[in-house]
Amino acid sequence: MTETTTNEPIVRLADIRKAYQMGRVAVTALDGISIDIAPGDYVSIMGPSGCGKSTLLNVLGCLDRPTSGNYFLGSDDVSRLDDDALSEIRGARLGFIFQSYNLIQQLTVLENIEVPLGYQGRSDEESRALAEELAALVGLEHRLHHRPFELSGGQQQRVAIARALVNDPFVILADEPTGNLDSASGAEILRVFDDLYERGKTLILVTHDENIARRARRAIRLRDGRVESDVRFTAADSD
Amino acid sequence: MKASASISFRSARPRVLHFKRVLRLGLKALWLHKLRSLLTMLGIVFGVCSVIAMLAIGEGASHEAQEQIKNLGSQNIILRSVKPPDEQKASDRGSQSFALQYGITYADIRRIRGSLNGVEIILPSRIMRDFVWNIDRRVDSEIVATVPWYPSMRNHQVLAGRFFTDQEMDNRSSVCVLGTEAVPALFPLDSPLGKDVRVGSAYYRVVGIMAPRTKSTTDETERRTTQPVGNSMFIPLETAKTRYGELLRKIRSGSIEQERVELHEVTVKVASPEHVAKTADAITALLERHHKKKDYELIVPLELLRRAERTKQVFNIVLGSIAAISLLVGGIGIMNIMLASVTERTREIGIRRALGARRRDIVAQFLAESVILAGAGGIIGVLLGVFIPLLVSHFAGMKTIITVWSPVLSFMISAAVGILFGIYPARRAAQMDPVEALRHE
Repeated sequence: MTETTTNEPIVRLADIRKAYQMGRVAVTALDGISIDIAPGDYVSIMGPSGCGKSTLLNVLGCLDRPTSGNYFLGSDDVSRLDDDALSEIRGARLGFIFQSYNLIQQLTVLENIEVPLGYQGRSDEESRALAEELAALVGLEHRLHHRPFELSGGQQQRVAIARALVNDPFVILADEPTGNLDSASGAEILRVFDDLYERGKTLILVTHDENIARRARRAIRLRDGRVESDVRFTAADSD
Repeated sequence: MKASASISFRSARPRVLHFKRVLRLGLKALWLHKLRSLLTMLGIVFGVCSVIAMLAIGEGASHEAQEQIKNLGSQNIILRSVKPPDEQKASDRGSQSFALQYGITYADIRRIRGSLNGVEIILPSRIMRDFVWNIDRRVDSEIVATVPWYPSMRNHQVLAGRFFTDQEMDNRSSVCVLGTEAVPALFPLDSPLGKDVRVGSAYYRVVGIMAPRTKSTTDETERRTTQPVGNSMFIPLETAKTRYGELLRKIRSGSIEQERVELHEVTVKVASPEHVAKTADAITALLERHHKKKDYELIVPLELLRRAERTKQVFNIVLGSIAAISLLVGGIGIMNIMLASVTERTREIGIRRALGARRRDIVAQFLAESVILAGAGGIIGVLLGVFIPLLVSHFAGMKTIITVWSPVLSFMISAAVGILFGIYPARRAAQMDPVEALRHE
C-alpha cells in the first residue's frame, strides 16, 4: 500500500492462497500472495516454471477461484463469486492475450474481435463499428475478412490484442504473448504494448523472459508460490 | 472501497445470448460441416417422413374400408346363404344330380318379420351368375334379383334412369338396371336406357344404370359380403322367381350340379344402431331353431366397422412405435455428432468462456445446433412425408389421407428430440473447466 495512497488500486490481491489436490498430495500453488496494482501500470510477472505464474494468472483472470484470500478487481471482491458472475466479470473487465493467440479458426478477424461484445449484449451495429475501430488500431483494417490461418503469427496476435481491448477492460492479461513469435514480430507486439501503456491501459504480462519483463514498469518475481521480489523500474532502466 | 462500484457486474445483460445471434452462430457452425450436418439430419428426415407417409396411407386404406362398411349400412344385418361344408364335399366327390337345398328361405323372412319388433325393411336378394347379351356382345355378370328399395337400403345410388318400381315388381315386369361396368361392354356407342338385353332366353328392358362402387377385391369385408360391384344387373325378385324358379343349375366340366336356394342374401334394417347387436342375436337364435345345418351366415356391418376401428387403433400404435424408434435413432445420431463436435471444439469453448460466455451461453450455442439439425430435418421430413402419399395416390391409385395433426405433431416431436438429445452434449460443453479447455490441443 506504499504507492497507492492517492490512487486506489485497480487490482488488489490480499493473501491469496491456492491449493490443489493432486492424488493424495495437496499442492500449494499460491502461498499467500498480496499485490496491489495501480490503474495504468505495466506489470510483468516472472518466475521459473512451477512457481505459480499460471495459477496466479488464472486467479487474476477470474478463470479460477483462490482457496483463500481476497481479490478486488475495481472495487469489488471477486474471489467468492459464482461461475456466472465470474463469466460476466471476465467479459466486462478483463482482456486476455494468450501465447497461442487463441483465435476462433472459423471466424474472420472482425468476428473474432466481436466475440466478447456478443456476450455483453451489444447490438450488431455497435459491435461491428467497435471491432472495425480496434482492427484499425492494431493496423489490420485491410485484413478484416481474413481468417486466422490466412494471417501471420504477429498479425494473429494483433487480432487477439484488438479482441482484448474491445470491451474496454480494467486490466489486460497477457500470457507469454511473444512466446510463439519470431523476434521481429515479438518486438512489434511489445511496441503495441508500450503504446497501450501510453494510452493509460493497465497491463499485466506473464513471461519468463528477462528482456521482455524489463519492458514493463514493474517486475514481480515469484518463487514457490510467494512473491520473491517486486521491483519498479525507473524510466532510465527500461530504455 | 466497495461503495463506488462504477460498473456493476450484475449488469442488465440478456439472460442468454440474443436469440438471433445464437441462431446465426449455430447455422454457421453447421454450415462449416455441411456433409456431416446433412447426414445427421437424414435420420430425422426419414423418421418424420416415413411416419407421415405411413399414417397417410394407413388412414386412406382404413377410410376406404370404413366407407365400404358404411355402404352396407350401419343399421343393417346381412344374412347370407352358405353352402354347408360337408355338403360341399359330397357334391365334389361324385357327379350326383340331386338338387342340393340349403340357405335362407322365404319362411325365415316371414319368421323374422313376424317375431321381431323394430325390424324395418327386409331386403331379400338372389344372386345368379349368367351372361347378359346385347345382340352379339356379352358380359359375364352377377344377376341380382332384389326388391325396389334396394338402392336406399344399401346406399347405392342410381346414376341414370331409375330403379324398378313396386308396380314392376308386382307385375313381374321384365325390366333391369345395369351396373356401370356392364354398360360400356354391352352398349359401347349409345345409352342403354330403353334398350333390351338378353339373359338366357328372356329379354329385359334397361330402365336405369347404377352408380359405380368402390371395389377392392383384396379387401376382406368386401369378399365376405358379396357386395355387388359394377359388373352386375338388377332385376325384380318376383320376376326372377317366376322365370327361374328356385333351382339353380351349374354345369361344370360335364357334370350338372343343381342347387336349391331360395334367397342368397337378405338385409335386415334395424331401427337404431344400439339394437343391432341384440337383433343379430335374436335372428341367430331364430335361424338356429329352423336350420339343422349351418347353411347361413350373419354379417353385422356395425361390428365390422368397430373391428376396423380397432384394427386402425392397433395400426396407429404400431406406427407410433416405429415413429418413436426412428426418431430415437435420429436423436441418438444427433447426440453422437454433437458430442464429437463438443470434444472437437473444446478449445473454442475455453476461448469463449474466457471472453465472458456464461455456461448458459455455451448451452444455448450447442443446443441451437442440435435443435436446428432436428428442426430442419423435421421440416424436410414433413415436406417429403406430404409429397410421398401424393405420389402413391397418383401412381398406385391408393387413397391417402394426410391428417392435419400428423405433420404438426411429427415436426414438434422432432424439435423435441433435438432439445432432448442436445441437452446432454450442450451441458457437457458448458461444464468444462475454462482453464482445462484453454489448455486443450
